[in-house]
Amino acid sequence: MTRTSTARQFIVRVATGSEFLSIPVAIVIAFVIGGVLMAISGVNPLSAYSALFDGAFGTPQHIADTLIEATPLVLIGVGIALCFRAGVFNVGAEGQFLIGGMAAAVVGSALSTAPQPVTLLAMAIAAIIAGAAWASIAAVLKVFLGASETLTTIMLTYVATYLVSWLLNGPAKDPNTPLAQTPALTTSGLLPGLWPGTTLHIGILVALIVAILAHLFLRRRVEGFQLVATGLNPVAARSAGLPVRRILISVFLASGALAGLAGFIQVAGVQGKMIVNLSPGFGYTAVVVALLGRSTPIGALLAGLFFGALSAGGASMETSVGVPASLVTIIQYLTVLIVIGYSAARTLRRPTRTPDGEE
Amino acid sequence: MATTSPETAQLDAILRVRESTVRFGSVVANDRVSFDLVQGEIHALLGENGAGKTTLMRVLAGLIQPDAGSLEVHGKTTTFDSVVDSAAAGIGMVHQHFMLVPTMTVAENVSLGLPSAGRLFPRTARVGRELRALSEKHGLALDPDARVADLSIGQQQRVEILKTLYRGARILILDEPTAVLTPGETDSLLEMLRSLTAQGTSIIFISHKLREIRAIADRVTVLRHGKSLGTYSVADTSDAQLTASMIGRDAATVSSGATTPVKRSLTAVPRLATMQLGVTDKRGRSTLEGITLSVAPGEILGIAGVDGNGQRELADALSGVRRLSGGQIELNGRPITASTVSERIALGISHVPEDRQHTGLILDVSIADNLALETARTAPFSRRGALDRAAVREHAERVIRDFDIRCKGPDQKVRELSGGNQQKVLIARAVTQEPSTLIVSQPTRGVDIGAVEYIHGQLLELAAKGCAVILISTELDEILALSNRIAVIYSGTIIAVHDRAAVDVGVLGMNMAGRAS
Repeated sequence: MTRTSTARQFIVRVATGSEFLSIPVAIVIAFVIGGVLMAISGVNPLSAYSALFDGAFGTPQHIADTLIEATPLVLIGVGIALCFRAGVFNVGAEGQFLIGGMAAAVVGSALSTAPQPVTLLAMAIAAIIAGAAWASIAAVLKVFLGASETLTTIMLTYVATYLVSWLLNGPAKDPNTPLAQTPALTTSGLLPGLWPGTTLHIGILVALIVAILAHLFLRRRVEGFQLVATGLNPVAARSAGLPVRRILISVFLASGALAGLAGFIQVAGVQGKMIVNLSPGFGYTAVVVALLGRSTPIGALLAGLFFGALSAGGASMETSVGVPASLVTIIQYLTVLIVIGYSAARTLRRPTRTPDGEE
Repeated sequence: MATTSPETAQLDAILRVRESTVRFGSVVANDRVSFDLVQGEIHALLGENGAGKTTLMRVLAGLIQPDAGSLEVHGKTTTFDSVVDSAAAGIGMVHQHFMLVPTMTVAENVSLGLPSAGRLFPRTARVGRELRALSEKHGLALDPDARVADLSIGQQQRVEILKTLYRGARILILDEPTAVLTPGETDSLLEMLRSLTAQGTSIIFISHKLREIRAIADRVTVLRHGKSLGTYSVADTSDAQLTASMIGRDAATVSSGATTPVKRSLTAVPRLATMQLGVTDKRGRSTLEGITLSVAPGEILGIAGVDGNGQRELADALSGVRRLSGGQIELNGRPITASTVSERIALGISHVPEDRQHTGLILDVSIADNLALETARTAPFSRRGALDRAAVREHAERVIRDFDIRCKGPDQKVRELSGGNQQKVLIARAVTQEPSTLIVSQPTRGVDIGAVEYIHGQLLELAAKGCAVILISTELDEILALSNRIAVIYSGTIIAVHDRAAVDVGVLGMNMAGRAS
């Protein structure tokens, strides 16, 4: 057993600890600290938080905004949660998301006259394949050459960002505008709405289904059981005859595919075209979503909704009370820091409290 | 049994624990444990896994504060709130797992966290000089400038001992110090401990190996189920008495079964055979070479040898974890060289890895899940890939009953079990697959006598049912007790094969040291 794989298992234990009770407490603490920061800067925290709540849930459109913000976070977060469970740290979902969005937009432009179901399905499949393919680079480097996936996925995100930027300024650019973007999608390439009177599209349903399927996969499928076992002790898993390499590559591809799918939904549901700034950092925030969700699919779903509400509400808090929206980001990350810190402290402390000898 | 009279012990006890009680939740790890240490003696603590030895040691090291009871050092009642207090009282602990930084030298390791060496830039040269003198005084033969990573396990243990001595320890606590050592290293450790006591150091020696305790200890305190059962003078107490006290029943049963002869079936085709099997490591060095072995149905083939001579590689090659660099493996005459671990399991080859905590079990999942780990893909645990949790749990309940695994239930995490019970889970996983061939490595390393007896019984029973067993063990007694034939592995090759009936222990010893008979 090498030192690094022991450290890795420790991280898996910290990231998957099941102290669900601590999460509401952590949220409350983070909000209290946020309130103190507001008070220091001379804003009444109560009116700020009420603006935040109103921005997230006040009107049907605000609720729709929350759900729209949550959709990519949930989709990507579920994929990252699966990776964490298997013991691989895919932190390059941002790049996989952009590549997926790019592929969806290109296919959507090409099939602009096809019937809507055909176009959307083709776009989704293209995005899934593209996201998975981008993740596969890091997966192969990790499984066959032992390269740290944390480094390769981050670096591949830079490559993806600049690749997409080049495509949008060059081959894939809409010739009719000076902006770096693809031609606008026709209606056949746009996601149907879900809630008349709001901009909510069907993406949240996809995210919901994905989270539930992932949950059932971990609970009910042999592959899910093997994935969890591999994450907790890859050496023992290999010794027990589990296809460790196949599991690691599969989970990597699955998370890339989900990030790609999220890219498709953002292109077809929100922007209507591929743009350079498709992501305000969804791929990174989703890592935090997965951590806050204790690396479970349902946890990632709830955490994604929570973060979606904070982002949607933060924007309106900024305009109505004048508190910078970045304060919301502080609250988001504080929550996660408190949860992780608590979990790490528990995991660290546990060995000294085992009854005897073996640890 | 000759119990040391309390009055004499009271006079020169330099350390005394009185009625110490430690609780972990509902578990009482130490229940009114009493114990005393006399200047210059080696005092053994004997007990099964889970008997409370390590807990007692942690109390003495200041790592745990007892819930009740008192502690006396040189007759004065005191409390240890931390390791610092314990060290100030002259107590030094040598853990089973070493606390050393491999990339640093011996002197640097000793200087770590030592205020007298200087905080920011420790004067390791001075520490090194003093260590050299100390090492010579005690005959430790250690070079303070050597990098720890380059030292053998035995030498690293000496670094730990030297570290505590350098910090002024007069009382050494050694937690199962021989568990990681080769027989040769064990001998030199015991010799060294004796010379330390001759110079006035007192030693607490935790072990469950009777032979070592007899070889070295002056007195022994027996612990069982968290209670101290009494302190005996080793010279005046028989092994049978100590064993009986430790496991709470008559020792006569301990070795029974071990001598039951198992007839070797003489079928034409061996169950499992290797031909010129070879393995190389990542750096291309040959770790196994020309291994040709065969084992028949109902036969136990013991692989004896000093640890680190290719045992792990052999087990991995046979179970399919490691790829061969050459040679063939056949099952019932059919080649399985290219088969994966799971294919071999499906063909009836089960294996018990040597290191239960790292390669055998997944400590953070339940007993039930660990038992189903290897065969989750097959009935009754799953149907077309859908896991049947009820069947997994039911199987675990049956195994827990059949194998007498002490636990709260099938959902308890394996991490929370004692070593012996963890090993039972591992053995049960292999045995319940009803294998035609079993490859088992170090089946009783670090488990208590009760569990040893039970596991040996399981292996014999399996062989009696016609299973071919390859038993890889560094415990020669275990090999002798169970095997029909004994092969000796040395430096990656099989140096000799003997029939159990005709074997001479002296010759085996020579084989293990690398001399073919």
